[in-house]
Amino acid sequence: MTLNTEQVKKIAYLARLGIDEKDIDTYARDLSNILDLMTQMSATNTDEVQPMAHPLDKKQRLRADAVLEIDQRESFQSIAPQVDSGLYLVPKVLD
Amino acid sequence: MHNKTITELSKALREKEFSSVELTQSYLDRIKKHNALNSFITIDEELALEGAKVADTILANTNTNTNLLTGIPIAQKDIFCTQGVKTSCGSKMLDNFISPYNATVVENFNNAGAVMLGKLNMDEFAMGSSNETSFYGSVQNPWNTRCVPGGSSGGSASAVAARLTPAATGTDTGGSIRQPASFCGITGLKPTYGRVSRYGMIAFASSLDQAGPMTRSVEDAALLLQTMSGFDTKDSTSIDIPVPNYSASLNNNLEGLKIGLPKEFFSEGLNNDVAQTIESAINEYRKMGAEIKEVSLPHMKLSIPVYYVIAPAECSANLSRFDGVRFGYRCPEPKDLNDLYIRSRGEAFGDEVKRRILMGTYALSAGYYDAYYIKAQKVRRLISEDFKQAFAEVDVLMGPVSPSPTFGLGEKTADPIEMYLADIYTIAVNLAGLPAISIPAGFADEKPVGLQIISNYFTEPHLLNIAHKFQQTTHWHQLSPKGFE
Amino acid sequence: MEWETVIGLEIHAQLATKSKIFSSASTAYGAEPNTQACAIDLGLPGVLPVLNQEVVRMAVKFGMAIDAKIAPYSVFARKNYFYPDLPKGYQISQMDHPIVGTGHLDIEVDGSNKRIGITRAHLEEDAGKSLHENFPDSTGIDLNRAGTPLLEIVSEPDMRSAQEAVAYMRKIHELVQYLEICDGNMQEGSFRCDANVSIRPKGQKTLGTRAELKNINSFKFVEKAINIEVGRQIDILEGGGTVIQETRLYDADKNKTRSMRSKEEANDYRYFPDPDLLPVEITNELYQQVRTELPELPSAKRLRFQKQYQQDEEISTTLTSSRQLADYYEGVVKTSECDAKLCSNWVSGTFLGALNKAGLEINESPVNYERLAGLIKRIADQTISGKIAKQVFEELWNNNATADEIIEKQGLKQITDSKEIETLIDKIIADNPKQVEQYLSGKDKVFGFFVGQTMKASQGKASPREVNKILKNKLK
Repeated sequence: MTLNTEQVKKIAYLARLGIDEKDIDTYARDLSNILDLMTQMSATNTDEVQPMAHPLDKKQRLRADAVLEIDQRESFQSIAPQVDSGLYLVPKVLD
Repeated sequence: MHNKTITELSKALREKEFSSVELTQSYLDRIKKHNALNSFITIDEELALEGAKVADTILANTNTNTNLLTGIPIAQKDIFCTQGVKTSCGSKMLDNFISPYNATVVENFNNAGAVMLGKLNMDEFAMGSSNETSFYGSVQNPWNTRCVPGGSSGGSASAVAARLTPAATGTDTGGSIRQPASFCGITGLKPTYGRVSRYGMIAFASSLDQAGPMTRSVEDAALLLQTMSGFDTKDSTSIDIPVPNYSASLNNNLEGLKIGLPKEFFSEGLNNDVAQTIESAINEYRKMGAEIKEVSLPHMKLSIPVYYVIAPAECSANLSRFDGVRFGYRCPEPKDLNDLYIRSRGEAFGDEVKRRILMGTYALSAGYYDAYYIKAQKVRRLISEDFKQAFAEVDVLMGPVSPSPTFGLGEKTADPIEMYLADIYTIAVNLAGLPAISIPAGFADEKPVGLQIISNYFTEPHLLNIAHKFQQTTHWHQLSPKGFE
Repeated sequence: MEWETVIGLEIHAQLATKSKIFSSASTAYGAEPNTQACAIDLGLPGVLPVLNQEVVRMAVKFGMAIDAKIAPYSVFARKNYFYPDLPKGYQISQMDHPIVGTGHLDIEVDGSNKRIGITRAHLEEDAGKSLHENFPDSTGIDLNRAGTPLLEIVSEPDMRSAQEAVAYMRKIHELVQYLEICDGNMQEGSFRCDANVSIRPKGQKTLGTRAELKNINSFKFVEKAINIEVGRQIDILEGGGTVIQETRLYDADKNKTRSMRSKEEANDYRYFPDPDLLPVEITNELYQQVRTELPELPSAKRLRFQKQYQQDEEISTTLTSSRQLADYYEGVVKTSECDAKLCSNWVSGTFLGALNKAGLEINESPVNYERLAGLIKRIADQTISGKIAKQVFEELWNNNATADEIIEKQGLKQITDSKEIETLIDKIIADNPKQVEQYLSGKDKVFGFFVGQTMKASQGKASPREVNKILKNKLK
């Protein structure tokens, strides 16, 4: 299983991840090598096996419906790249 | 005083041999003296001494029944959110991130009256096995400053080994506590998944991450775990079972202990000196009356591919929140929204992080999900079944932590795969969610070697007991690297 | 060629909880921007979600109301995409294992019933709001809404006209309010709808290519948007073109739909189970508990009203059109202990009329059911006539005295004492010999004249029944 540069670019865009043109081939090679590791799994039959999402077989705990949070906007926005009148700002989005 | 164990320091503080302020200052001085190790990312002297003052007043007012950690300096891996203090996770992305809140683990230490010395260096977002992916540069191994301390908790291991802090926290997703502990000749415990709260611990792979203590002795590890552990309503994966007294059973007799040696841990690829060190360590247990038998974990070899699907998949989503909108790095003059995302993430994430995000994004993308992610989750179950089988026969499993001891800085950075393969003995434990510890067991050409002990779910007391007995009969954990005595 | 319209709806109902689905921040509407976005809603590094139990109960309640299978285990998954109002870069939703499975709902369109299939209903978190107008070249992000619990109700493509779609949407809207799991406020976006619209030649089995119309927030617009979109698709196909699958936005001002390219690119959502959350188990205990809380549903109530109160279908439908009105009516019947029809005439007539005129909701009505019941009592026992009752109702509406106080104070009590009425009538007969002539000579119509005169003379207080009786005797 090998990844070509086009695929790498497509994935990179899905992940909104800027990568240098010059590095793309290296990424393609590394990812392909990792994918080769993956093929080891296919030899094992898992038809009867349930996927395991969590180490421990526990159920979700439920929280009471109560408001416990207070307004911390000032503190939270003091570390924000760009805010104005309480809003987080990003370049204009048009749709 | 920097060679004392936490128990000894705690006693000294109560007997007013020295104050917490004096103790804290002496460690701050050592940190400065040895800053070449680069084991710290942030040191907040003022905050530390302030904390020490508070601890001293507590100690002055109530002497006996305060928490044993009151007044004891502790250093935090920079993956734990610390209110008002930079929490970088080893990344340029969070170089400007002053956390507005505390991780539960940090809160627990604060409530115990421990003093935070600073924040420790680590691989970027805990992705790495040598601490060389850190935005803040690599960390030296005190035993050989041209070698890596291991990773991702490299700063923690290096600082504890060099006596720059009595103890530190670490996190372990695929061996990130045990491997650096092994490389730096200290004690590192990865608890059962769900034993220590993940709230405020910046997520790498949520179903694998678990925090634990990194100390110079098992006795100290028990003390730290006591404070770190516990049910947390803020973490849905935290387990609601009472925390036992980890120190109480440390000296229990090991007569009749059944130790299993997974043959897959001793197969090809294992360095001979390491193999010998491990065998002699196991002999110590034989002497203590333990029964040794070979067992098998047939699917263990698949833990590498399984891990390198699941961990990147989870991380690819976990790291999407770093988008330059609400906190963290934002690229200069973004020309539109996508430019903001792509450049902020592209400029602030390092190579290894990018590689894993790409890997995970690919494994989850349409058409590959079943072949990679679902398949990996199924094999993950087979791997944890292997452990269940083994624990039906024996009490604990023993083996090496890593196929070889520490290696030279820059030696393995060229080929990521080679680095991944070295995680073979630690990863399966995370996939199953089991507790495991690494304790100093000797040396392979003057480089520390750790013995790994794996036990069943929530049997940390027994695990610590077994590890402690070894340190009662061996001196490896007491040795300090030259120049750091 | 004759075309058939095929419509499926995805309805997003904000669940009426106090706190958010995964955090303890308030869900109250209209707060200052980002003052109700806590660390978890902002997706700060290291934070974790914990599920709100009320959200689960509400979803189960809805599932029961549409006869759906409730999943014993449901799983939350991450839906991955980048958008500034989605703080974590993924939305926590449900994919392969939704909490509510297949169910159905019956709608009525011009007198005939139709069953609409409901594919599933799943829980998810709402996103924040992007404000494009506030700044010249920036978009402002308000994350107060981020993390508000949503129940997404997905229908089968069972609707064949905009009219059916609206009927279905109204039915769901009524239902979620009956269940008190959603306030149904469409202006505030508590109840939103996306419509999947396609057309196909009549008789064709396979579905045509659909367009998804996003966020249509009023019943009126749903109907318009669908009709416009259907027209657009017919024009394309009859013009020999092909419809492309895309997301479109309805522009109410231009009454047109336009493509939303921004939503189109790279929609590979990479769903996978959220490792921060464990499978949600619906224990039998919880199930039974919710069962007992399940209120009487609109259709059941309608039938009961027809039986219990002998109401015709139309009145029953009016009275059960909202849970509040139905409760009000039953309150009136119980307290007044009067004829159910008399009560319904007043509730659906005078009372609703006054409410609509004043543009008020039931809970805002100045006349509560006890006071209305007090009035109706007096009609029933003939203390006042229906005509006077209207007058008394005015008073009830404008001040908070009881009917009895008003009748007493203004002396509106009906005159039933025949002596009093006889004297009035004798005078009228005496004063109008000509009309008496006419009546006796067979002009029965004139009788009405005498009744009118008598009522007038008594300022409407004379009991009409008495007046008739006495007049009949006198005019022999």
